[in-house]
Amino acid sequence: MGILTKDEAQALLKKILSYSKADECEVNISGTNTGNIRYARNSVSTSGSIIQTNIVVSSAFGKKLGVATINELDDVSLEKVVRRSEDLAQLAPENPEYVPFLGPQKFQDSVTYVSATAAITPKLRADAVAKSLQVAKDSKLVAAGFLEDANGFAAMMNSKGLFAYNTSTNVNFSITMRTEDGKGSGYATRGYNDITKLDTKAATKIAADKGLKSATAQAIEPGKYTVILEPAAAAVLIENIFYGLDARQADEGRSFLSRPGGKTSLGEKLVDERVTMYSDPWNPELPTSPWTGDGRPQEKTVWIEKGVVKNLTYSRYWAQKKGVKAIPQPDGWIMEGGTKSLDELIKSTKKGILVTRLWYIRNVDPQTLLLTGLTRDGTFYIENGVIKFPIKNFRFNESPVIMLNNLEELGKVERTVSVESNTNYLLPPMKIRDFTFTSLSDAV
Amino acid sequence: MTGLGATAAMLPGIPVVGHAISPERALEKIDTPLKKQMADVALNAARSKGATYTDVRIGRYLNQFIITREDKVQTIVNTESYGMGIRVIANGSWGFAATDRLDNDSIGKAADLAVSIAKENSRLLREPVQLAPQKGYGEVAWKAPIEKNAFEVPIKEKVDLLLAVNDAALKGGADFINNNLFMVNEQKYFASSEGSYIDQDIHRIYPTFTVTKIDAATGKFDTRDSLSAPVGMGYEYLYPRPEDKIQGLTMLYKKRYDMLEDVKAAAEQAGQKLKAKSVEPGKYDLILDPSHLWLTIHESTGHPTELDRVLGYEANFAGTSFLTLDKWESKKFNYGNKLVNIFADKEQTGTLGAVGYDDEGVKCGRWDIIKEGVLVNYQATRDQAHILQLAASQGCCYADNWSSVQFQRMPNVSLMPGKEKKTIDELIKGVEKGIYIIGDGSFSIDQQRYNFQFGGQLFYEIKNGKIAGMLRDVAYQSNTQEFWNSCAGIADESDYRFGGSFFDGKGQPMQVSAVSHGSSTTRFNGVNVINTARKLV
Repeated sequence: MGILTKDEAQALLKKILSYSKADECEVNISGTNTGNIRYARNSVSTSGSIIQTNIVVSSAFGKKLGVATINELDDVSLEKVVRRSEDLAQLAPENPEYVPFLGPQKFQDSVTYVSATAAITPKLRADAVAKSLQVAKDSKLVAAGFLEDANGFAAMMNSKGLFAYNTSTNVNFSITMRTEDGKGSGYATRGYNDITKLDTKAATKIAADKGLKSATAQAIEPGKYTVILEPAAAAVLIENIFYGLDARQADEGRSFLSRPGGKTSLGEKLVDERVTMYSDPWNPELPTSPWTGDGRPQEKTVWIEKGVVKNLTYSRYWAQKKGVKAIPQPDGWIMEGGTKSLDELIKSTKKGILVTRLWYIRNVDPQTLLLTGLTRDGTFYIENGVIKFPIKNFRFNESPVIMLNNLEELGKVERTVSVESNTNYLLPPMKIRDFTFTSLSDAV
Repeated sequence: MTGLGATAAMLPGIPVVGHAISPERALEKIDTPLKKQMADVALNAARSKGATYTDVRIGRYLNQFIITREDKVQTIVNTESYGMGIRVIANGSWGFAATDRLDNDSIGKAADLAVSIAKENSRLLREPVQLAPQKGYGEVAWKAPIEKNAFEVPIKEKVDLLLAVNDAALKGGADFINNNLFMVNEQKYFASSEGSYIDQDIHRIYPTFTVTKIDAATGKFDTRDSLSAPVGMGYEYLYPRPEDKIQGLTMLYKKRYDMLEDVKAAAEQAGQKLKAKSVEPGKYDLILDPSHLWLTIHESTGHPTELDRVLGYEANFAGTSFLTLDKWESKKFNYGNKLVNIFADKEQTGTLGAVGYDDEGVKCGRWDIIKEGVLVNYQATRDQAHILQLAASQGCCYADNWSSVQFQRMPNVSLMPGKEKKTIDELIKGVEKGIYIIGDGSFSIDQQRYNFQFGGQLFYEIKNGKIAGMLRDVAYQSNTQEFWNSCAGIADESDYRFGGSFFDGKGQPMQVSAVSHGSSTTRFNGVNVINTARKLV
């Protein structure tokens, strides 16, 4: 189907809706073109190209909902998918939590699409990787990396007159550089909407530098240390707060935001007063869709302001039950930072540990949001403002909530990618005291 | 992607590959001669463009997910994903392209694109791909030996079961229950330029619930997950049989699962967990139930013996492995002590990894990985076999969809039961200070698979050979080699059971695979246990 224009999408959606006999009908369409190239052992390993389209039809009779999908566009198929969703709705048990579809909404134009990213070719991908491999050759290191780009559109319309449309592009790149003897390893990751901002050579050089400097690591005792988390390391911890801001879980008493007596920490101070987290679909560094899959407008929203929980995310059902605004979960999250560079944060550290990347993050206790995981690909001991030597990797057991109460300093915000969720964020590097490392790992 | 409105909002947090269909459509089959005809179009097109090897996978991947909580069905989704993936070697390099348009023209274009990508990438290649020899099997077929196709069971019957289970949980004192049923049917057709045309029909099912109990006064909550396993079976897994039950501190399940019985225990145990004693950190002897141990085997044996990790292909994401080739070549690396025998097996009936042939047309089998504690083998695909001087691939190639390129994935990797007759009770009796752990919980391991930490569902303190009550806040940390060298007894084969992973992730772009791990209850001595309780300031 390719990428439909706004007019083409609108016409197609109208046609699909014209087949509906249900009480309510809603149709979502998306089309994405993705391409990727993967390399390891200084050689390309796999790469591919995938074009996928999807049409989702949701039909409702009373409180009974049916969902069916198709990727064929002829009239017969389109009518068939509508009928099938209606059949499924008739078979489904009544859902007491069903909320009728939204009526027309106003959406601001997005800034998520960059034509240069949409025009990426297999040759451009191979050239970007060739630059990265050249760094590996020059520095006698072993490279393993991945570049993935996507461009696509999404549109929706329902029988109540709601219509939304958006186009978007994205490129993620990550690179690991290891010494030939396997004793050193360094990492860097980048994410953009605009491919022209991606410099695979510069990112690879950072990973190479960390790989070389991390060799011959020394073991130091596990325990509580001051740490500087680079944004990529902070992302995999902080995102657990972002995704834990669900009001229903908190109200039901099964979240780190739940408090005794059926209360929640909404309106209460949760973390250090220097912590402010928000989302903004029009942030030029992290633009995201101005609407959600269920047709709600995304607005700039402050979630935590000066350490106080200001807003929680709501499903439309839960918001209706609680009589509050149904604020959706955003697609991108931003945490405010300071003015200092990573180097300046290191300079102001008497004793501490610099963490490049954290790995295999799992929830140990949802009550306290205790997480475990390990450092990886460049962990260094800092003394009197300078990096003294590389250290062996640690396992940690730490809660990002406790961690943000032990905040020392925030650095300058940058866009980063979570290795756990593949999601992009704007986050600062952060200095934290009393971060809990519980054991040593021999892994490099 | 960060910029699109999420059209998959109907199933938040659950990986859905493909698109939704009606339940009836899932029972329709694709005609095998038609698949052969389409495969031949792709094979011929790729050859004519310069491919020296081609394989074609035509896949129809069906899922049905039923998502419930308390007295409500939240979602019922039927999805189907149908298309073709074409993998080629040209100029010594791999190339891959996939299409969901299956007319001759579109197939030809996809074959052309796969060859173009291979040629474009060959300039970045250090050494050409070397494939282990593989004879063509001609036209063959394999079907999972299921008794009841889960897609044939009416939705109402499944919904009624889940809601009855939820009702039992609430009546048993639970505050909440989330109860999901996942069903998968992979209809896969493989054809290669070496003369194989392989038609396979694979079924998997995974019932899983979480019961939550809340103490409103203190604001504390705890959960107990089901003790079910994901399995390579049909709906018969949910028809309980007495011979598949092991009555212990709680009921344990073998080849059949009794969801209604397990949820009653879960509701009670979630309450007991809230009031249990917080563990004193220190060294304990652990008795690990197969419903728990499968995950430790998966992470500490399954993953580090994947040859792609060993060679560095996963260095940027899933990681490498401490089990380097020199350790295998030495023929004396003591991964564990003499009690430890671990093997790979892609033929065990009812397991997630059971198939006739892998996704590059290699017939599947069984082989040793750890023999009496020594590392003796890995898991390899056709383009890796030569590294181990193997005459043929071990059949470890898998792709999670027609649109994903196949690569090395884990077969079932299992611990052999003890040779001497030994029961769970006898294992517990010998322990002075220990913890008996049932069910899997939190899990994390480093990128070379040395240091790990595992939680669980149920923790029972053992004092002087007797169960002394329930514990909470338990996690154990160890090093893989140290852990498997502390193995101090394995129950016999009458206790042998499987656990498994339905959504094991690896690769970039990430693909999921499903794999089972068998074991009998096993004892490990002197393992470091930490206390995971914290207070939010």
